[in-house]
Amino acid sequence: MALTAAIPGDDSKMNFAVLQFPGSNCDQDCVHVLRNVLGHSAWLQWHKERSLRGADAVIIPGGFSYGDYLRTGAIARFSPVMQAVVEFAGNGGLVLGICNGFQILCEAGLLPGALIRNRSLQFRCEHVYLKTVAPDSPFTRKIPEGRLLRIPVAHGEGCYFADAATIRRLFANRQVLWQYCDAKGRVSDDASPNGSVRNIAGICNATRNVAGLMPHPERASEGILGCEDGRLVFESMIEALTERKLAVK
Amino acid sequence: MKAKIVITPKKAVLDPQGKTVQTALLHMGYAGIGDVRVGKYLEVDLSAPDVESARKTIDEACHRLLSNPVIEDYHFEIVE
Repeated sequence: MALTAAIPGDDSKMNFAVLQFPGSNCDQDCVHVLRNVLGHSAWLQWHKERSLRGADAVIIPGGFSYGDYLRTGAIARFSPVMQAVVEFAGNGGLVLGICNGFQILCEAGLLPGALIRNRSLQFRCEHVYLKTVAPDSPFTRKIPEGRLLRIPVAHGEGCYFADAATIRRLFANRQVLWQYCDAKGRVSDDASPNGSVRNIAGICNATRNVAGLMPHPERASEGILGCEDGRLVFESMIEALTERKLAVK
Repeated sequence: MKAKIVITPKKAVLDPQGKTVQTALLHMGYAGIGDVRVGKYLEVDLSAPDVESARKTIDEACHRLLSNPVIEDYHFEIVE
């Protein structure tokens, strides 16, 4: 079935709209994981489409939307589909931004702070370990306590920055979802691939329905690729969505 | 009219590019080089009824798209 077609309704299957901007390159991996590995409904949604077609959740994938021109995510945030995403998020819809998706969410103001050039000035393409700091979110709820996630990063501008007051607020509100750590779970400078403030790898908004992270869980969802920890992020979302659907009934 | 816009990283933002350039200048033998900050320069040609409305347009464009207020400052001049 074409990647752009939505699979007709089946209540046990959640519907994921995976956005596609000119320059996105992780969109197909996201659809593959959601559809073929996890068995749910997922489709590619071109950035000019203004309707989210009844999606239960939106994934903004990684890549180099608009060639990273001006600033990463700066132009994508004004794409027609983003208006629907902002509304969807405002109504409590789940939105996950991965890498460039995280950058787009920050530029759109759906998440606080910004992502800037890696401290080393290098493009870092490697596996990192993540410590789950806030287990109580639709993006982390299925991650077993104490379990570190081993997930690949691939970015040149993944250094998370926000002013001191925002950083304090993020930690106080449990909005920091993941921090870079070493294999033993120590949050150290060496463990960070990009110099993010306090090793922040991923955060959520105050209402806990929008999240962004720099690492690529869609590249760590199948054993054949060497690690499957990333699947726990998608499984968390699916569990949260399933709970919501049952509650509405 | 032409808007000449300069966008710079905020003081609080770490600028590793600037640091690298500073180090390079020092290694090249230039004495007394202090902090270096690397920013962007944009030129935007525009037509507007007057300078004041041009300023307003550019200011809004800077705030909404051309700069990210979380990490950047901007200033500009309009030349006719």
